[in-house]
Amino acid sequence: MDALADSPAPEPANPPAASVPAPPRFVSEYPSYQVSRRGFLSWLAVGWGAFAASGAAAGGAFNRFLMPNLPLYNPPMVLKVGWPDAFEKDKVDERQKPNGFWLRRGFDKATGRTGIYALSTTCTHLGCTPNYLSAEQKFKCPCHGSGFYETGINFEGPAPRPLERYRITLADDGQVMVDKGRKFQQEKGEWMDSEAFLAI
Amino acid sequence: MLSLLLAEGHGGGLIPAPVRSAIDRLCDPQYFLPLFFVAFVAGLVFYRKWTQPKVAGGIALAALAGFGLALTNHNFLEIVERPDNIPIVGMLGLVAFFTWYSLRLAAVNDERIEKGEGPIEKTGSNDRVLVWPDLVFSEFIALILCTVLLVVWAIAVKAPLEDPANPFKTPNPSKAPWYFLGLQEMLVYYDPWLAGVVLPGLIIVGLCAAPYIDFNPKGNGYYTFKERRFAISAFLFGFLNLWVVMVLIGTFLRGPNWNVFGPFEKWDVHKVVVLNNVNLSEGFWIGWLKTGFPAWFGASPANGSLAQAGNVIARELPGLVLVLLYLAVPPPVLASTVMKGFYKRMGFIRFNLLVFLMLSMMCLPIKMILRWTLNLKYLVAMPEWFLNI
Repeated sequence: MDALADSPAPEPANPPAASVPAPPRFVSEYPSYQVSRRGFLSWLAVGWGAFAASGAAAGGAFNRFLMPNLPLYNPPMVLKVGWPDAFEKDKVDERQKPNGFWLRRGFDKATGRTGIYALSTTCTHLGCTPNYLSAEQKFKCPCHGSGFYETGINFEGPAPRPLERYRITLADDGQVMVDKGRKFQQEKGEWMDSEAFLAI
Repeated sequence: MLSLLLAEGHGGGLIPAPVRSAIDRLCDPQYFLPLFFVAFVAGLVFYRKWTQPKVAGGIALAALAGFGLALTNHNFLEIVERPDNIPIVGMLGLVAFFTWYSLRLAAVNDERIEKGEGPIEKTGSNDRVLVWPDLVFSEFIALILCTVLLVVWAIAVKAPLEDPANPFKTPNPSKAPWYFLGLQEMLVYYDPWLAGVVLPGLIIVGLCAAPYIDFNPKGNGYYTFKERRFAISAFLFGFLNLWVVMVLIGTFLRGPNWNVFGPFEKWDVHKVVVLNNVNLSEGFWIGWLKTGFPAWFGASPANGSLAQAGNVIARELPGLVLVLLYLAVPPPVLASTVMKGFYKRMGFIRFNLLVFLMLSMMCLPIKMILRWTLNLKYLVAMPEWFLNI
């Protein structure tokens, strides 16, 4: 059979001299591949339908990721952190670091007042959480080396501005209350605001 | 004997303590970067001498011996054998090898071109091989060897996984993946939007634009250095001096609190480094003129936000002027002096694009040197508008 395929097609012995050659007509060598218009269109519809369905499924799965499996936890923005005398004088209080701020009671060199202020724990360079180094009395960021005094003023490394302070007031029951919803920025002159500092 | 050496402070080891402390001091980036630059320039000037196999082999052996000796130091070993850092040690070796290899091929070709023989690649007779079986077999063997290496590596070294992420406890030091340590080092000197967005964007755009800026038709399809001195030097400067070296600094020399530590130094969290830095405006108005920040548009905040904006711009005027001069002066000066030929062949737009890209590349080393020598924080510091340069 293979030899047949390779050999040239046998020519007719006596070609009719004056006959007009019949127009060539395409006939597939493989009959099973002959597809009717109706069959082609219905397969096309099936194919595109499957594609659209899988796309929709993928989109649905993607959208599902936007909804967390756990109920959303919104940390409280306003916190009561204890009575004013619970804070040691001239010491940075790290107990509220998990809530995103340090507290310091004592004389504040940046504003010249005595009392308590709440410093945000977010570095103003790229948002890492600095560490408090008590021996050096400074906050030092482990990501790019920014350093802040206990007042929050930046003095080394790339941080372009001081740490932010949060609104701090006395609650009705006399406890210190910190509101993380309101920030005070030193470079905008907001630290002198009455609620940026709790005078005691 | 060995135990005695190990018992010694500062990690011990076979390298004498004075040599170690000297190396520690030289590894401070403010010495290390200029020294590396000098070595880089010398390497390009004498590329035909040191790339000879005997010389390069000697250098490689000496470097390996030095590395082996350094490994006897506990502090050095601790940094180098971290699972995160092992691939970077390997990468440094590969970078050195391929830099040598390409410059060696270029040196051989340049000599042939001078003699009028033409580059080896153009002779047509050189090692051309058949895809099958030669290339496919080589690739197959390389594939098996790589797989073996990865399997052995994965078994021998534990993955450097850390504790679950905790937003309130940042690891100290906090390091990016090794390929981003160059960017992290850049962030020490620049504001995030510059070091994280503009400058990396310019690297990518600049590399894309390189084929269109390039006016030199030579070096197509063969290794050469002599015929493409400028292009190859500029690329190697950006790659070796400003990328590989930054990765190296970030990996091996940056320790707790992002302080610089020598390779033989103990990573002490309480190392005291004086890094107090000031903005140019502070240094200019308060340190030098001693007048305080200018209040040309009224001192009181009650004068309105427009007056305050005017004051901010007035305050940062020295830095703004410097930055504008830095961008505006070099193109015409270079076009009429050193790079006259470039300007003629490239035309106005391409030449200015080239100089702009070169200037933005030089931003990094300039700012690093200003930080180390003058404790300069920002040339232009406008935190009010989150704009710092």
